[in-house]
Amino acid sequence: MTTSARTRAAVLATTVVNALSRRFGAGSGTVAGGHAGLALDPRLLEHLASNRRIALVSGTNGKTTTTRLLAVAVQGSLGRPATNATGSNMPTGHVTALAGAPPGAPAVLEVDEGYLPGLVTSLSPEVVVLLNLSRDQLDRTNEVRMVASKWRAALAGASRTTVVANADDPLVVWAASSAPHPYWVGAGLEWLADAVGCPACEGRITFAGSSGRSGPGGRGGPGGRAGAGLWRCECGFGRPSLDVRLEDDDVVLADGRRVRLELALPGRFNRSNAAMAAAGAAALGVPWQESLPRIALVEEVAGRFAVVEVGGCTARMMLAKNPAGWRELLDLVCPGDTPLVVGINARIADGRDPSWLWDVPFERLRGRMVVATGERCRDLSVRLRYAEVAHRTVRDPVAAVRAAHIGAGGALGRSGGDRAPGPAPDPVPRPVSVDFIGNYTAFSDLMARACARRDAPDAREGSPAWT
Amino acid sequence: MDLRIVVVHPDLLGTYGDGGNGVVLLQRARWRGIEAELVDAPSDHALPGGDLYCLGGGEDAAQTASAHRLREDGTLAASVARGVPVLAVCAGYQTLGRSFAAADGRPLPGLGLLDVVTVKGAGPRPVGEILAEPCDPGLPVLTGFENHGGHTARGVDAAPLARVLSGVGNGDGTEGAITGKVIGTYLHGPVLARNPALADLLISWVTGAPLAPLDDAEEQALREERIAAVRVRRQLRRAGRS
Ligand SMILES: [Zn+2]
Repeated sequence: MTTSARTRAAVLATTVVNALSRRFGAGSGTVAGGHAGLALDPRLLEHLASNRRIALVSGTNGKTTTTRLLAVAVQGSLGRPATNATGSNMPTGHVTALAGAPPGAPAVLEVDEGYLPGLVTSLSPEVVVLLNLSRDQLDRTNEVRMVASKWRAALAGASRTTVVANADDPLVVWAASSAPHPYWVGAGLEWLADAVGCPACEGRITFAGSSGRSGPGGRGGPGGRAGAGLWRCECGFGRPSLDVRLEDDDVVLADGRRVRLELALPGRFNRSNAAMAAAGAAALGVPWQESLPRIALVEEVAGRFAVVEVGGCTARMMLAKNPAGWRELLDLVCPGDTPLVVGINARIADGRDPSWLWDVPFERLRGRMVVATGERCRDLSVRLRYAEVAHRTVRDPVAAVRAAHIGAGGALGRSGGDRAPGPAPDPVPRPVSVDFIGNYTAFSDLMARACARRDAPDAREGSPAWT
Repeated sequence: MDLRIVVVHPDLLGTYGDGGNGVVLLQRARWRGIEAELVDAPSDHALPGGDLYCLGGGEDAAQTASAHRLREDGTLAASVARGVPVLAVCAGYQTLGRSFAAADGRPLPGLGLLDVVTVKGAGPRPVGEILAEPCDPGLPVLTGFENHGGHTARGVDAAPLARVLSGVGNGDGTEGAITGKVIGTYLHGPVLARNPALADLLISWVTGAPLAPLDDAEEQALREERIAAVRVRRQLRRAGRS
C-alpha cells in the first residue's frame, strides 16, 4: 500500500470501529477506533495533522475546560475545529478527533501531560497552552518535576510554536522558558505545595503576596495560593514579565486595556481557564474582543457544573481530581449552605491511593451538612471525622444524594464533632438542590445514572462521555 | 500537660498526605482533654522544639534537601537523644537511617537515628495495599498503602516494626523499624488514620499514662474494609493460580 492508501484505510478503520463501539455500548467510542487506526498506520496522527492549524492544551487541572473554551473561541474566525471534547486525551483520542474532521479544519486538542513532549515534536503545533503542574494520582505518575523537565526538553526545539504559559506556576515557567516563542499569562495559581522547590537550582522559591492559606488542620502551611504576586528564587529564576494578566474579573492586556470577564462558568479557576483559552486564541490570530464573549456563554463542560436529576432530586455536578482541584471547588461551595455530597473512588483512573484526602482542607466544611459516598466513603468519613465535619456515610451515590436532600431540614445524622444542635427538622423535605463533588470515576458514575435536567450545549452536540 | 506536635518540613516531605498524621495526633489528644498544638516546621527555618515529631514522604530531590537541612540543624537528633518520639514515613523513614539512595542511586548520609540502610530496590516499585502484623503484641494489625522505590536493610540496633502479611515493606518480609521511641514505616494512608492504636501509642509515650478510649467506629469500619480488600484480592490471586 502507498502511504496515502494506508492512511485512508486507517481513517476508515478508526471511524468504523468507533461507530461499532458506540453502537454496541463497548465504550465511549473514542479509544477503540484510535487503536485500530494506529495499528494500520503508526504515523496516522502525523498524517491527519498535516495541513491543519493545531493548538494543544495540557496541564494537571483545567485541560478539558480550557480545550472546550479555546475550541469555542476560535470557531467564528477559523471554522469549527476538530477537538477531543470528551477528555480522551491520548493519541487514540486525538486520532479519533481528527479522523472525523474535514481536511484543513483546525484542531484544538487536549493532551495528557505525559504525551505532550511527543506530540510537540511530531506535530509541530502552532500553539501550545500550558496551564499548571501539580501532584495527581501519585501511584501512577510519581514526580511532577520529571514531567516539567520532559516538557522543557521538547519545547526547546519547538521553533514554530507559540507557547502560551501560566507565568504564576514556577514549574510551567521552568518548562516553557526553553521555548523560542513563549507568551506569558499571569493566570494565578491556587496550589503552591508542589511549587516551592526551585526547579532551576533546588533552592526555595518565595512568593510575594502569598496569603498562606490554611492547610489540613486549619493551620497555615504549604498549599496556599499565590495572589497576583511575583515569585523568585535566589538563583535568579523568577516570574517572567507578563504579556497579559488576570486581575480579579478583568483580563489586562499588554497595552493596558482591560476586558471584563463575565463567565457563565463559576469560580476563580474558570476565569483562569478562560484567560488561558483566550490567550491561546489570540496566538492563533483571534482577537480578545471576539473570543471572550464566546467563552463567556459556555455553561458547562463535559458535565462539569451540569444541573441534573438524580433519584428524584436536583444536583449540581462538580469534578475534582486532585488536591489543587478540590481546593478550588471548596472555595466555590463554601460560602453557601447547600447540602453537599462528596464522592470518592480509588480505581486506576482515580489513583488507587486516596491518601491525598488529607491534603484537602475539608475543615472548611465545618458547620455544613455533608454526606460521604463512593467506593472509598470510609476513607472520607475518617478524614471528615478528624476535620470535625458533621457527616453521614452512604455508600451508594444516588442514595447519598437523596439522603442529603431529605436531611436538608437539619436532621442529618452522626455528628463528627462540635456541631451545634440545629433547629427541629422540617417534617416535609424542602425542595432543595444538592451539590455533588466527586473525583473522576465517582463523578462519571453518577453522571451515567443521572438524567439531564436541561438542554446543555454539550448534550445537544451529541458528545457526552457518559451515555 | 500540653503536647506540641511538630510536622517536619511539610514543604519538602508532604507528598502523600502524610501531614494527616499530625492532624490525627492533634485531634486524638484534644478529644481526651489534652492541650495540644500542631506546628508546621518549614525547611527554611530552624526546627522548633517539640514533644513529638512527624516526617512524611517526598520526592528524591526534596528528600535529599530535607536530610541535609536536618543534619545541619541538629535539633531532631538532640530531641531523640532526650527520648522525644518520632514517627517517620517513607522518605522520612529512609532519612532517619544511616544512608539512603539519591535519585541516581548513589548513597547519601542519613541522620543515623535508626540503624537501617536503604538502597534502590531491584524490580518493580512496590505500589499497593500493605498489611503487616506488628511485633509489639499490644498493637492490632497495621494497614496502609505503600509506594516506594527503596529496599531497606536493618542493622542489629533496629527491630522491625512488623512482619509483612501482604505487600512488600522493607523487602525482606519485615516492615518498618523501631528503636526506642523512633518509628519508621513505609505505610501511607496516612498510617495513623488507618491505625489509631499506633497514634495512641505515640501520645502515651509523651503523656506517660494510659489513654481513655475513644469511639473509633469510623476508623474500625475503614480498617475492616481495607483488611478485607487485601484478603479478597489474595484469595482471588491464589484461585487464579490453581
Ligand atoms: Zn533557584
